[in-house]
Amino acid sequence: MCTYLTEHVALSGSAKGQLGWFPVSTASVYFDHPFDAPFEHALCIDVLDPASGPAARVAVELDPAAARALAEAILATLASAESMGALSAH
Amino acid sequence: MTPSYDAVLSESVTLAGHGGDPIEGYLARPLAPGPAPGVVVIHHMPGYDFDAKQITRTFAVQGYSALCPNLYWRDAPGASPDDAAAKVRAEGGEPDDRCIGDVLGAARYLRGLANAGGKVGVIGFCSGGRQAYLIGCSTDEVDAVVSCYGGRVVAGPEDLTPRRPVAPLELTAQLHCPLLGLFGAEDANPSPEHRARIEEELRRHGKDFELHSFDGAGHSFLQHDRPAYRPEAAARAYELIFDFFGRHLGPPAFAPAG
Repeated sequence: MCTYLTEHVALSGSAKGQLGWFPVSTASVYFDHPFDAPFEHALCIDVLDPASGPAARVAVELDPAAARALAEAILATLASAESMGALSAH
Repeated sequence: MTPSYDAVLSESVTLAGHGGDPIEGYLARPLAPGPAPGVVVIHHMPGYDFDAKQITRTFAVQGYSALCPNLYWRDAPGASPDDAAAKVRAEGGEPDDRCIGDVLGAARYLRGLANAGGKVGVIGFCSGGRQAYLIGCSTDEVDAVVSCYGGRVVAGPEDLTPRRPVAPLELTAQLHCPLLGLFGAEDANPSPEHRARIEEELRRHGKDFELHSFDGAGHSFLQHDRPAYRPEAAARAYELIFDFFGRHLGPPAFAPAG
């Protein structure tokens, strides 16, 4: 089904897509029909700069297990960086 | 003996959508004198893409004038289908009133063709299936509706949004034209329970309808480029679609393709 389950997250940083590098301001995270991944539903992440138009988008479509692994990897990396004192400037 | 004449033309056009807005659409029509019935194709949630245009051309090859309005044109003109769909999806989807207006604009465009037969049907897939049901209940300008695995026709209050403020099932009393519903028996939405609710409501209001479920098929079983594609179910579904439109829209402009 079309779930329209969406989380929006404000971001700061950069992403590289079909337009090259661009500044990002937000991400949409949703569990819905993917465009390309071979699943009926996928955990989809769109990293966006809406001010630059719809093409300023880096899209990822993952199966739920992969999405959880990615989330855990993100948190683990940040925890390691924090323990090293590398996050003190942020 | 020479082959039968079956030339078609397919091209992008501009049509007047909701509020008179100029929007993009994909038109495919027989070049025969006609009369040719019309079919408005409502694309699925992933957007106005190759699949949507392929479906539109399929109707033309079968003798119908078909038009698929780009429901995401205003939101992302010229964008790739997936970028446009992602933008609209993130904003909560196509607003119902705008969709109805765009589909009516497409129906009027088809009725204005020189070889138009006068009757216009609507077919929708996925979210478009819900929209097709909704349109059948919202206007008397369409003559037949086909809803292919339209999810959220049955919807509770928690499913309603400002852009989608109504469950189409609640409008069934106003359905004024025949309806064909196609379902995958393994679909989660619309599920077999949803199909039963829809059937009950259609019957309760004395509507002209046919519902068919396909065993071994789930959501999007007609989409040829997805793992959900079920070729046998898809072939049978299209037989049902063309039979239904043939009975309710009049004969196509030329003999069906083999």
